Amino acid sequence: MTASDSQPLIGVVALQGAAAEHVAAFRRAGARAVEVRVPADLDGVDAVALPGGESTTMSHLLRTSGLFDALSERLAGGMPAFGTCAGMILLAVDVLDGRPDQRCFGAIDISVRRNAFGRQVASFEAELTADGLDEPFKAVFIRAPWVERAGDSVEVLAEITPASNSSTDGVRSSVPVLCRSGPILVSSFHPELTADNRIHQIFIDMVGASMAR
Amino acid sequence: MNSGDGASHLVGTVRVKRGLADMLRGGVIMDVVTPEQAKIAEDAGAVAVMALERVPADIRRDGGVARMSDPAMIEGIQAAVTIPVMAKARIGHFGEAQVLESLDVDYIDESEVLTPADEAHHIDKWAFTVPFVCGATNLGEALRRISEGACMIRSKGEAGTGNIVEAVRHLRSITGDIRKITQADAAELFDWAKQLQSPLGLVQEIAETGRLPVPLFCAGGIATPADASLVMQLGAEAVFVGSGIFKSEDPGPRAEAIVEATTHYRDPSVVAKVSRGLGSAMPGLEMEGLETKLAERGW
Repeated sequence: MTASDSQPLIGVVALQGAAAEHVAAFRRAGARAVEVRVPADLDGVDAVALPGGESTTMSHLLRTSGLFDALSERLAGGMPAFGTCAGMILLAVDVLDGRPDQRCFGAIDISVRRNAFGRQVASFEAELTADGLDEPFKAVFIRAPWVERAGDSVEVLAEITPASNSSTDGVRSSVPVLCRSGPILVSSFHPELTADNRIHQIFIDMVGASMAR
Repeated sequence: MNSGDGASHLVGTVRVKRGLADMLRGGVIMDVVTPEQAKIAEDAGAVAVMALERVPADIRRDGGVARMSDPAMIEGIQAAVTIPVMAKARIGHFGEAQVLESLDVDYIDESEVLTPADEAHHIDKWAFTVPFVCGATNLGEALRRISEGACMIRSKGEAGTGNIVEAVRHLRSITGDIRKITQADAAELFDWAKQLQSPLGLVQEIAETGRLPVPLFCAGGIATPADASLVMQLGAEAVFVGSGIFKSEDPGPRAEAIVEATTHYRDPSVVAKVSRGLGSAMPGLEMEGLETKLAERGW
């Protein structure tokens, strides 16, 4: 597929982390994508993606770059957003095990637990079954967060059973790892690290629907 | 909707190991020797910290055998911050690496800054679940480390000097050879593999993709925001700052400034803005005056 001007333009926040992979994934899926580092980069952007990386670092750089306020304004105006891993944390209402000064956009009514599956030695790949996907998705979880609480407005598209040694209370059988609410899509895992574009396609379809309204 | 089964989780895969390196891209990894320094680093926006007992400048000054840090010290730093914590093992010392893995460190640096434990063999890094970063001075060294299982390469530079000249030499050597390989024809790739003393498959992969198979970071001598901007423009994907922060006059603001410069490395006005009034950088050393060149350790 080739991207034309009729395709949505996705701004990938590129302050730190795996932004280049998101840009490549969106382009593979037929959308246009640009990197966003300062508020002026948001001009003409139809939707944003917040990549994986370190959420504390991104939170810091969002503030110093002025992007935090610029993005807050756009999200409040209904701009679609896709957050993976650290990006999911930043879009949440509430962060558990985060830093007290960590700021989030509160764009989706979820509480997220940081590094919930454990440290890097517990990072893993797993086949994930998700609503809207016919075949399982190979999901890559890296020091991943999970959704501890999802509000009534939130649609849980996929859950996973944590390994027994995860930092849990031991009674948790499964946790949400892919959620949608209105124009916001979030995942605990990194669809940008695999060649499979289907999760990006779900978001592109959400952006298309939002633009048609 | 149904759920993945906890038992079917695959840990320690190449994708997962390289994936954490991908997540650190565009960031700054800072050497810290105390939990307090780790907090300063995290507050300043570090993507990870390297927990060690002495920064390279002090190892260089003190001399003697430099070894893995005390586990209690590493655990103290793990408890102090939420960002990834790395730690160093001696070249070839898989015993130290096993200890670090059992401590759940997030990355092991098989590092020339410590005294090598084996004069012929690096650690077999495929045998571990935890990922490894290794130093390299040229492309052949980088590819040998990758063939041993390293999931991140950092150009070595000359640690503990505050002098960027060696980092620039090593980065230019690695990226320059990558550019040449992308221009080589199929027959020439065999000779490249021979010259680099590296596996042919990795050389062919570079010819196709134009980049290392793992992220390329830069270390050794970064002391200022402009140093970070320089190496990022030369092709580094993130930076390690060792002595450069906590051997400077005012570590917190300098750490923050290097983080900003690494993100906005293409914008000199940002680098200028964050460089103002930082106080003095760490005192630097000329290469000619060094008794030991750490970058020459490893092969």
